[in-house]
Amino acid sequence: MSATAPQPAAVETAPALELRDLEVAYRVRGIWREVLRGVTLSIGRNESYGLVGESGCGKSTAAFAALRYLPRNGRVTRGSILVDGQDLLGMSENEVRELRVKKVSMVYQNPTAALNPSIRIGDQVAEVYALAGAHDGEARQRAHEMLGKVQISDPASVMRRYPHQLSGGMNQRVVIAMALATDPSLLILDEPTTGLDATVEGEVLDLVKMLREEFGTSLLFITHNLGVMAKMCERMGVLYAGRLVEEGPVAEVFARPSHPYTVGLLRCIPRGGVRKDRETLDTIPGFLPQLGADLPACVFTDRCGLAEEICHREEPPFHRVTDGHCSRCHFYDRAQTVPRATPAPPVPREDRRVEPVLEARGLRKTFHQEGNAIHALADVQFALKEGETLGLVGESGSGKTTLARSLIGLSPADEGSVIELDGARLAPNVTKRKRDQVRALQIVFQNPDSALNRRFSIHRIIGRALTMLKGERGEQREEHLRQLAHSVRFDVRLIGARPAQLSGGLKQRVAIARAFAGDPRIVVCDEPTSALDVSVQAAILNLLVELQASKKVAYLFISHDLGVVRYLSDRIAVLYLGRVMELGPAEHVFDPPQHPYTEALGSAVPTAEGTERERIRLVGEIPSAASPPSGCVFHTRCPRYIGDICRDEEPALREVEPGHFWRCHYSAEELREVQKTPPPEQPLTAREASEPTGGNLRPSEVDRST
Amino acid sequence: MSSFGEPIGSSVTAGEPPVADDQLSVPGPEDTRVMRRERMAVLLHSKTFIAGAVILAFWIVCAIFGKLIAPDDPLLTDPIKALQAPSSAHLFGTDTLGRDVLSRVLVGARDILIVAPLATLLGTVLGTVLGLVMGYFRGPTDDVLGRIVDAVLAVPVVIVGLLSLVALGPSTITVIFVIGVVFTPVIARTVRAAVLTEREYEYVAAARLRNERTPYILFGEILPNVLGPVLVEFTVRLGYAIFTIATLSFLGFGIQPPAPDWGLQIYQHYGLISGGYWWPVLFPALAIASLVIGVNLLSDGISQAFER
Repeated sequence: MSATAPQPAAVETAPALELRDLEVAYRVRGIWREVLRGVTLSIGRNESYGLVGESGCGKSTAAFAALRYLPRNGRVTRGSILVDGQDLLGMSENEVRELRVKKVSMVYQNPTAALNPSIRIGDQVAEVYALAGAHDGEARQRAHEMLGKVQISDPASVMRRYPHQLSGGMNQRVVIAMALATDPSLLILDEPTTGLDATVEGEVLDLVKMLREEFGTSLLFITHNLGVMAKMCERMGVLYAGRLVEEGPVAEVFARPSHPYTVGLLRCIPRGGVRKDRETLDTIPGFLPQLGADLPACVFTDRCGLAEEICHREEPPFHRVTDGHCSRCHFYDRAQTVPRATPAPPVPREDRRVEPVLEARGLRKTFHQEGNAIHALADVQFALKEGETLGLVGESGSGKTTLARSLIGLSPADEGSVIELDGARLAPNVTKRKRDQVRALQIVFQNPDSALNRRFSIHRIIGRALTMLKGERGEQREEHLRQLAHSVRFDVRLIGARPAQLSGGLKQRVAIARAFAGDPRIVVCDEPTSALDVSVQAAILNLLVELQASKKVAYLFISHDLGVVRYLSDRIAVLYLGRVMELGPAEHVFDPPQHPYTEALGSAVPTAEGTERERIRLVGEIPSAASPPSGCVFHTRCPRYIGDICRDEEPALREVEPGHFWRCHYSAEELREVQKTPPPEQPLTAREASEPTGGNLRPSEVDRST
Repeated sequence: MSSFGEPIGSSVTAGEPPVADDQLSVPGPEDTRVMRRERMAVLLHSKTFIAGAVILAFWIVCAIFGKLIAPDDPLLTDPIKALQAPSSAHLFGTDTLGRDVLSRVLVGARDILIVAPLATLLGTVLGTVLGLVMGYFRGPTDDVLGRIVDAVLAVPVVIVGLLSLVALGPSTITVIFVIGVVFTPVIARTVRAAVLTEREYEYVAAARLRNERTPYILFGEILPNVLGPVLVEFTVRLGYAIFTIATLSFLGFGIQPPAPDWGLQIYQHYGLISGGYWWPVLFPALAIASLVIGVNLLSDGISQAFER
C-alpha cells in the first residue's frame, strides 16, 4: 500500500461512518415506503460494528446507503451519511465514485456472483489497482501480493483461473482481497459467510479478523447469525422495521439484552447445547410489518409481550442502560421478563428399545461423469428407530443430500445396497416401491419455493398428496385436509392461496403437511430451516418436535447448523466423502472423545455465547469423491494425523463405546487423552505432497487440467 | 411478488391450540385475482399490446363481416373496368378482371385468419408435447428426438412446405397440416428449454414421491408452469405462419383461387408492376405486413407481461 495523501487532522479523528437520523424510502407500486426510519449510528476508527435483524429489517439498505448505492427506486428522504467526516449526500457522482474506490469497500453475500465469471481472477483484482491509478505491471504485482495476504497459497496459479474454477471459500477470499486492495477506511460485509460451509466460514472469519488488525479497517458487519456477530464485532446494533432498537457492546447486549426484540432473537436460537427434550425454543409472536406500513409509536408494539398503552402513543427515547448500551424501549429495565411465546413444556424423551424402522447397510451411490466414477456414498450404514431423530452433518460435498435422495428413491442407490423398511427390503427406485412404502418414507425439501408447484393452490397441493397416498376423495379428504392444515398450524382460510402469496415459514408448513399426508414412518428433512429467519426457524423446529411426539415419526435431519442438529437430534451421524465418520448419541458426539473430523467441524462454529474454543484449522478443501485419498479418507486434512497407518489403511466403522461408532485408528482412550490439548498447527509436509488435489484448487479442476 | 411477514406466534402446545391470530393478516385467495388483474393492467398499459390488438381486431372484424363492409362484391368480375387506377369509385383501384381491390383486401383477411391460427395451434400442441417429453426424459429419448428436430430445422420452412404440398396436393387442410408440422420443432425446442429448468424443481420430485404417473407429472405438474413461454411462442409463430401462408399462396401452393387471398392477389398481379399497375399488388402486400406487425406487437406485449 502506498501511503495515502496526508489528510487534515479533523478527518483522522472523525468516525469511519456516521449515519445521522437517516431515512430511506423505496418507491413500490407508485407509493414511497419507508425502509429506514431515522437510524443514527456511528462506527469509530478501527472499530467493528455489527447489525442484526431479520430479513426485511433494513440491514442491507443501511449498508447500501453507506455507499450511496441505493436501487433506482430508493432515495434518502432525510438525515445524512458521513464517511470519514465527509457528507456523502452533498457529493457529486464523481466524488462518490472516488470515495468508493478509495475509502469504502463492500463484500457481498454470494462471492461467485460478485466476480465476473468470464474474467480471470488476476485481471479482476489488478483492475482495482488500475482504477486507483497503478500501472499495468504494478497492478498485477500488487494483486499478487494481496492474494498472498488473504492466505491463498499459490496466488500465481489462482490469478490465471476463472471464478467457476475456484470454490466458494476461495472466491470469497478473492472478493475480500479486492475489497481491501485500496486500504479502505471502512469495509462493509453483507452476510459474507452465509453461503459457506462451517469450516470455510470459520476460516474466512479468522481471515477478516486478522486483516482488520493488519490494515486497521473499520467494519460494518451485517449478519443474521448471532454467533458470527459475537465472534466478529465489538459493538452491535439491532434493527427492527428500519429502526435501531438497541445498541451496545456485543458482550453487554448478549448478557443483558434490554429490548424485547433482542431478547426474542436470543431465545430463538438453540444455545449452549439446549435439546428438544429439555426446552422448547421460544418464538417471536406476530410477524414483521410490511414495507412502509403505518406503525405505532414504538415499532415493536404489535409483537411485544410487554406492550402497554404508552407504547402506542409515545415513541420510546433511547434509554441508557449502561455506558454505551442503549435501548429504545419504555420498559428496557424489564425487557428480559418478556413472557415466552411458547409456554409449552418440552416433550419428554422416551427411551424405547424397539426394532429399527429403517435400516441401511452397505449403501453406495456412484455417479458417472465424463468417464469418471464418483463415489458419492461409500458403504454407509445406519439404523433409524421409531420416533427418533438422526442428525446428519458434514461439509457440502460430503454426500448428505445424496444420502437423502437415495433413501427416498429419487436417486437410486447402487446395486447391492440394502435399504430396509420394517425389515422388508426396498427397491432402489421410488417408482418400483409399493404405495405403502412410498408413503412411509417422505421428505421435506430445503426450499419450499421449489418444492411447491407455484401454479397450484395449497388446497390442491395437500389434497393431491392425500388422494395419491391414502386414496382419499370427497368429504373424507376435505376433513382430513383440514386436520392436516391444523396440525401444522396453517390457517384453513388460506387454503385457496398459492405459494407465492405466503411467507417462507408458511410455505414450509405446507411442505411439512404434504410430507405428513400419508402418515409417514420416516421423514427426511433436508435443511428445512436454512432459508428461514431465526424466529421462523424456531417455530418450524418446534412444529417438527411436536409432530414427532404426536405421530411417532422418525426424522433424518440434515443441517449444516450444528446448534440446530444438536437441539433436534437423538443421535448424530457425521459424514465425510460419503462415509460415516462418526455416529453416536447427540450428547456425546460434540464432546471429547470425538472423531478428529467432528472435533474440527465443531470448533469452527462460532457460538452465540462468545466463548470461543480454539479453532482447529482444516487444511485445504474436501477432496474429490472421484479420487478419494488412500487409507483413511480424512488423513489429508486430519489435525490428529498419526502416521503412515492413516495413509495406508482405511479404518473400519467400529463401536468405541456402547452406541458410539467411529472410523479412526485411535481408540477412545487415546483420543480422550490427545484431545485435552489443541492439535499443533497443521504439518503439511509429506501429506500435502501425497495429496492429489493440490491444496486450494478445486479437485475436479486439477483433474481436468492434468 | 410481494412476500408477507412471517407469522411466528403459532405456538406449539399439546392438544388442539387455535391457529395463531397473526396468520389472519396474510392476504387470502382474493389475492390471486389481484395478481391476474395486475397482469391485465400491465397489458392494458402497454402501448405495443394495444396497438397490436387494435390492428388484429380490425382484421378479425374484416374477416367476419368482410362481405358486409366491402363496397363491392370481391368476386364480381367486370372486364370493362379492368386495371383502373385508384379513384373515388374504387379507392384501391381494380385488378385485371375488374374486381374491386379494396373489397378483395377486406375480405381477403378471412382465409389467412382461419388457416394461420389453426396451423399455429397444431404446431404449438405438437411442439409442446414433444418439448415436454424431450425435456423431461432427457437421455437417449432427447438425443434421438433432438437430432430429428435439428434435421427438420435445418431445412428452410418454405422448401419443406412446397415439397409436402406438391406431394400431398394443395388444399387448405394440407396447408394447415404442413405448417403445423414444420413449426413443431421450433416450439419443441423452446418448451424443452423451459422444461429442463422446471424438472429440477423439487415439486417434480415430490410428485414422484406420491407415485404419480409420468403423464400426470408432464401435463398436470410441469405444463402449467411452462404455459407462459408456450403462449408467447404461439403468438410469435402466428406471425410467421401468416407470412409463410402468404408466401405459399404467392407461389401458388397455398390458398387456391378464386378466393380473394392476399398472397394470391400479389401472385396474380406482380408481373404488372413494371407496367405501372402497382395497386393490385401494393394494397394486399400492405395488408399482409400490417397483420404480421400487429401480431408481433401483440406478442411483444404478452411476453413483457409474463416477464414481470
